[in-house]
Amino acid sequence: MKKQAGQKEIMKKVLDYIRPQWLLVLLSLLMAAVSVALTLYLPVLTGNVVDHILGPGKVEFSAIFQIMRTMVAAIALTAAAQWIMNVCNNKIVYTVTRNIREEAFAKLEILPLKYLDTHSSGDIVSRIIADVDQFADGLLMGFTQLFTGIVTIVGTLFFMLSVNAGITVVVVVLTPVSLLVANFIAKRTYSMFKLQSKTRGEQTALINEMIENQKVVQAYGQEEKVQLRFDEINDRLQKCSLRATFFSSITNPSTRFVNSLVYTAVGLTGAFAAVRGAMTVGQLSAFLSYANQYTKPFNEISGVITELQNAVACAGRVFELIDEEPQIPDKEPEKQLPQEIGRVSISHMNFSYTPEKKLIQDFNLETKKGQMIAIVGPTGCGKTTLINLLMRFYDVDSGSIKIEGTDIRDLKRETVRSAFGMVLQDTWLRSGTIRDNIRTGRPDATDEEIIQAAKEAHAHSFIRRLPEGYDTMITENGGNLSQGQKQLLCIARVMLCLPPMLILDEATSSIDTRTEIKIQKAFHTMMKDRTSFIVAHRLSTIRNADVILVMRDGNIVEQGTHRELLAKNGFYAEIYNSQFVNTR
Amino acid sequence: MWKLLKYMKAYKKEAVCAPLFKLLEALFELFVPLVMASIIDVGIAGSDQPYIVRMCLLMAALGLIGLVCSITAQYFSAKAAVGFAARLRHELFAHIQSLSFSEMDVYGTSTLITRMTSDINQVQSGVNLFLRLFMRSPFIVFGAMIMAFTIDVKAALVFVVVIPILCVIVFGIMLASIPLYRKVQERLDGVTGITRENLQGVRVIRAFRQEKKEMETFDAENEALVKIQMFSGRISALMNPLTYIVINGGLVVLLYTGAVRVNGGVITQGAVVALVNYMSQILVELVKLANLIINVTKAIACGNRIQSVMELEPGIVSGTAATAETKSKSWSGTEASAAQRQEANDGKTASGHVQAPKVEFSNVNFRYKNAGADSLSGISFKVEKGQTIGIIGGTGSGKSSLVSLIPRFYDVREGCVKVDGIDVREYDLQQLRKKVGIVLQKAVLFAGTIRENLLWGNETATDEELREAIHAAQADEVVFEGKGGLDAVVEQEGRNFSGGQKQRLTIARALVRHPEILILDDSASALDFATDAKLRKAIRELSGEMTVFIVSQRASTIQYADQILVLDDGEIAGCGTHEELLEHCGVYQETYYSQFPKEDAE
Repeated sequence: MKKQAGQKEIMKKVLDYIRPQWLLVLLSLLMAAVSVALTLYLPVLTGNVVDHILGPGKVEFSAIFQIMRTMVAAIALTAAAQWIMNVCNNKIVYTVTRNIREEAFAKLEILPLKYLDTHSSGDIVSRIIADVDQFADGLLMGFTQLFTGIVTIVGTLFFMLSVNAGITVVVVVLTPVSLLVANFIAKRTYSMFKLQSKTRGEQTALINEMIENQKVVQAYGQEEKVQLRFDEINDRLQKCSLRATFFSSITNPSTRFVNSLVYTAVGLTGAFAAVRGAMTVGQLSAFLSYANQYTKPFNEISGVITELQNAVACAGRVFELIDEEPQIPDKEPEKQLPQEIGRVSISHMNFSYTPEKKLIQDFNLETKKGQMIAIVGPTGCGKTTLINLLMRFYDVDSGSIKIEGTDIRDLKRETVRSAFGMVLQDTWLRSGTIRDNIRTGRPDATDEEIIQAAKEAHAHSFIRRLPEGYDTMITENGGNLSQGQKQLLCIARVMLCLPPMLILDEATSSIDTRTEIKIQKAFHTMMKDRTSFIVAHRLSTIRNADVILVMRDGNIVEQGTHRELLAKNGFYAEIYNSQFVNTR
Repeated sequence: MWKLLKYMKAYKKEAVCAPLFKLLEALFELFVPLVMASIIDVGIAGSDQPYIVRMCLLMAALGLIGLVCSITAQYFSAKAAVGFAARLRHELFAHIQSLSFSEMDVYGTSTLITRMTSDINQVQSGVNLFLRLFMRSPFIVFGAMIMAFTIDVKAALVFVVVIPILCVIVFGIMLASIPLYRKVQERLDGVTGITRENLQGVRVIRAFRQEKKEMETFDAENEALVKIQMFSGRISALMNPLTYIVINGGLVVLLYTGAVRVNGGVITQGAVVALVNYMSQILVELVKLANLIINVTKAIACGNRIQSVMELEPGIVSGTAATAETKSKSWSGTEASAAQRQEANDGKTASGHVQAPKVEFSNVNFRYKNAGADSLSGISFKVEKGQTIGIIGGTGSGKSSLVSLIPRFYDVREGCVKVDGIDVREYDLQQLRKKVGIVLQKAVLFAGTIRENLLWGNETATDEELREAIHAAQADEVVFEGKGGLDAVVEQEGRNFSGGQKQRLTIARALVRHPEILILDDSASALDFATDAKLRKAIRELSGEMTVFIVSQRASTIQYADQILVLDDGEIAGCGTHEELLEHCGVYQETYYSQFPKEDAE
């Protein structure tokens, strides 16, 4: 994992995202200043009123009315300013997070598969969703509270100084104590929180694993044992969350206590000053409410700062994804492919996922248009890797793959991929209707064409029997269809596009052989004049291949037609004959 | 939600003490403005400095008592909330584990996982907050009002007007924003869904060059999310300004009333200051209260979701040994218990005693929950002990459904499935499943070591037994050629093994338990033919006593079974040996010849 970018850099990037909103930011800041100033002014006005209420028969009503008019205006203005500020902040924050999410998602589309294959998708999703959410919360809080907090502190100081310098000093000296207390506690609890989230992670992992695979758990009657493991973690979690929750919750009462001391100190010095006649009772009452207001933003700010730090950390994680090295950009201008495509040549190709573990070495292959190339071999011998390379999901380490004599690295990925129709063993369908799924490769296809393709893929009959036919919604990853049905849909999806070349990676592994034969026939018609690459376990399906590549440990060990290979009596023959081993 | 509160029982004491101590703290807080008022009226008015000092000391003491009470309250509430959540997690996990496959199918695992994790965390913090604040905030609000009354009834009437207006505003805004909050959550789920789907389908998306379209879909969903977020933000943005207006408007009225009362000589100047103080205390508490209500509403929503999982009745309830016993009596007319009778079966096979078939399906109809039609209909067959049964049939013909009825993963709709002559519904589930070793289509391993994984099959197995099973499952190379052997680390979901390797290990896991019935549900699909053949041979040799069900698409895999069931669209299309079927069964012929064109099969 790359080292996380420094906080400064992240802040700079966040500011970059905020910059386009500068007008709103300005407005928000202005409104914050207005509302804070007026909020602070109000106690002064209140104090003035109190000073005009001297005693029985000595109340100066006309003066009071005048002050009250100002008060009402101030209140109305404050409320308006607050509302505008809130709305601005909302808009800024949500626009920024929307842009970040959009950018992160766009990045997903151009990240090399190598990255996506090696990073857990859960982690990536949580970066785009949860982290951005956290970031939004932090940013919103920062905007609404950090600035108003600071303005409040400065404003209060100003007002207090203008009333009485001595008492102001008392407040200023005592207030940081509450910050120190808060800080002290936060430091102590940090490790407890870390332990809590670690334990929580451990528990989530167990929950994920066990609930995801509950069928196996039940089949082996392991419920009790799993429960024991769960309870063990749960107990630990209970202990450490109690510590974390309790110790962190001390902060609030403690700072409140310090604040009440400040309040008392102001009361004490203020009362003495009033006795001496250095200030009025009204001023004292204004001071008391300032003492309250002055300490509060400090607490809020310390809260906001933790929240902001968290937000920055989250933003860092999203930016990490956004800044990830994208795949090598397509070459411009791309070379042109001829109309007729079908010739693929691979020469001296080397490839491995990790440098330590060599996989494909010095691989050579020439195909003619319309040929059927079958790839067989034991699991893990690199068959799927070959497809990753043909589709340019991965780039070769050395050597080259050429379509019609053009290196695929000189073509746009789009062009390469549109040359192939692909059906994988892993059947992925998007959530949406069956119709949408079949239409994936050709959004402009008509309903007739879709049905035609489905018929050719022998999917029509089962689709028709579904409650809403072609409009049946497929839930996430086709949960409501069987593996075989999903494969049929994937095949229909390709049938509709009719690309010049085909890649079938165990495309029919979950389909019964009778249907498979029928599909094979459909493919056959389709594959006439089309070059096709077929990976299969079932040797019966590839006997007619023009070339059979027999792979073992990343290398082609044999190459030839079915008859040639049988005659050779090598590895292929061994695999082939094993089908007929009498196991009785 | 409320039903969940029973898990709070163990923490009754804490749950009562926490709000009580909070209340105490609040009580002391309420005295502060009174003390201040007397400082002004007595101390300042009378220039009594020692009095001022005494009163200030009293205020400090009130603060200290408040601190102690508050910390005590925090402790109790943290303990209650955390303990409650832990208990809830335990119960929910146990409950989910007891759910049968049908419920799992309906609910989906990802929802259940969210319930277990984030929902419970929300409930925990909701409970914590609730215990601390639910008494305190209203108490301060009404306390401040009552204190105001003790100062002056007429001035206090302002409070009587202001507080209800505030409540209406606060609750009104909340009522409006709660459904919005839910909508935001739904939208967020949508965005999450698209992201996850995109990652899972990355190969297909790129192969079909759908990147742009995916981005458009995402942007649209994202936009919808932002819109609803902004809308709900705008509503909650009303909260502060509105409450500000009401509170301060109240303040102005209060000041005026105070002025009139002071003028009339009814109250003092200090009393007016105290009244103002109470007003501001109310403001602070109302904000807290609103916050509390928002959090509690969220927690209640989460709690309700948890509750709805808790209310899912496990569709499959373990039969009691007793019913199995009585049934077995009536069935065989002897006094023997299920276990005894089974022994009798084992012992007296040849003695002419009527022996129940190992597995018997009679007229089974089966339908998945929420499905429109039966997945299996009219299935009847018998399997004798020690036989190997091949099950073959097209995609969706019901092969997997059929075998999953044997360990009672699902219940039949009509008819019955019997193991050793007893209806599976009468067995104790654990007892039944102990007899069966099933290897599912999807090969799953768990994080840990290979040994730990295999011991799932049988905790008491020795290393020797594990080796035997591994050998039979053709997994020697998987285990012993790599580093670590039996102690090799298995990552979550067995990611560090290939599909074929995982399949072999899961087969080994099933073999470790020496099951009476072994079910291989298309579990060798990722193996090449040679390995598959060796595997079957090894299983045959392993035990003549074991009854084996092999589900497969490959004719070669089941060709030599004692009995082959051919399924077609949920019905039995043929039943017999390979030779018999090849002669009489059209579906089988078609299947077979599709895999072995005649020239080869000769």
